[in-house]
Amino acid sequence: MTDTDDPDVTIDSKDASCPGPLMDLIGKVKTLDTGTVVELQTTARNSTTDVPEWLEEAGHELLEIEERDEYWSIYLEVN
Amino acid sequence: MHRIAIVGGGTGGTVLANRLASELQSEIEAGDVEVRLITADPNHVYKPTFLYVPFGKKTVDDAKRPIEELVDRRVTLTIDEVTDVNTDRNRLSLADRTTRLHYDQLVLATGATLEPEAVPGLAEGGHHFYGPDGAERLRDELADFTEGHLVLSVVGVPHMCPAAPVEFPLMVDDWLRERGRREDVEITYTYPINRAHGLESVADWATDLFEERDISLETFFNVDEVDPDANVIETVEGDDLEYDLLVAIPPHRGSDLVIDAGLGDDGWVDVDRHTLEATAAEDVYAIGDVADVPTSKAGSVAHYEAGVVADRIASRARGETPTATYDGKTVCFLEAGMDEATFIEFTYGEEPYVREPSTPIHWAKLGYNESYWLTARGLL
Repeated sequence: MTDTDDPDVTIDSKDASCPGPLMDLIGKVKTLDTGTVVELQTTARNSTTDVPEWLEEAGHELLEIEERDEYWSIYLEVN
Repeated sequence: MHRIAIVGGGTGGTVLANRLASELQSEIEAGDVEVRLITADPNHVYKPTFLYVPFGKKTVDDAKRPIEELVDRRVTLTIDEVTDVNTDRNRLSLADRTTRLHYDQLVLATGATLEPEAVPGLAEGGHHFYGPDGAERLRDELADFTEGHLVLSVVGVPHMCPAAPVEFPLMVDDWLRERGRREDVEITYTYPINRAHGLESVADWATDLFEERDISLETFFNVDEVDPDANVIETVEGDDLEYDLLVAIPPHRGSDLVIDAGLGDDGWVDVDRHTLEATAAEDVYAIGDVADVPTSKAGSVAHYEAGVVADRIASRARGETPTATYDGKTVCFLEAGMDEATFIEFTYGEEPYVREPSTPIHWAKLGYNESYWLTARGLL
């Protein structure tokens, strides 16, 4: 089982318009410990580019982006 | 008697009460319907006025009028704080501890609250123009600010009035130029995501103007804390930025009333974005800043939502099926300096087009600020 099969924290930002999902993520990550695996669920396509860009800027690790039937799951690890 | 209760006397609550008084005039006069507006503040406050206070163009008194002068005489006005919403029993408790009010239909229009203390050091180190005290303090600070680094930082998202953060640096740039101080003041604008604004077209428009006006832009800038002694902002991304005058868009929060009533985890009411009905309870609507819909927290949104909810509530009060829906219509003026402005108009999922700024649109914005009191009365 990989980290992304069982994330420590799931943020449901489905149906939030851009940049809502990224802001939800930033607000949550501030409160999390290093090593926490997070799943961000988003229906905003822009999140699949904006979020990885912010993760690189802020020094967190992008693990995987998975396209599901009606949303994307973006997995990351807090550094 | 069909009882309609509205909590909150801002733009949404006041427009709604007046629209209902008009739509249900005969039912109210016959004693079949009651429209009650409950608000803790005896004054109605038009918040967009505060943007002009730091520049000496308006006073905080220009922003308020007694609410009893604005609501229709058919509206029952209660000046008190609602302390509890019981959606199982359709009942409200008031701060006087003795009054309980029953409702058949309830509208929450409690707005947003500033929460600068959510970021360490921000309340001590930062200024803002989102309330009367903050706007006056900033006016005094700006009057004496002759040189140094002025930083406009968007700290909290979502926030009221999406245009204001972009307007302020453009206005202060112009204001300082008019006073011959601009060469001695560096201006920086910061935004949390990878562009200058949540709306892409506004971000593009502002980025070009900032470059033209020599306003520095910092993106992916999420304020972690402010050191008010050292005058330094520290970010989640690990950057530091020194300032001499920090003007922040503070974090906002919804209402504890909403959380306690189980209507939304973070203080904003979860609603159907088209009907504005709460998803967690029957007979409850939310409008204005407190409603969690995917558009801006703007006065125009509260105004248009109030029109839709007035139609839906009036239909139900008459035993008809409500059909009015909200499409996300939002209109915002954008000041591009002290004497030019533009405006944007959009609905859910739509990217607005930003027109070339002009002096007549600036006049239109100033004119609207005066005629706003007709909007509050439900007339415009």
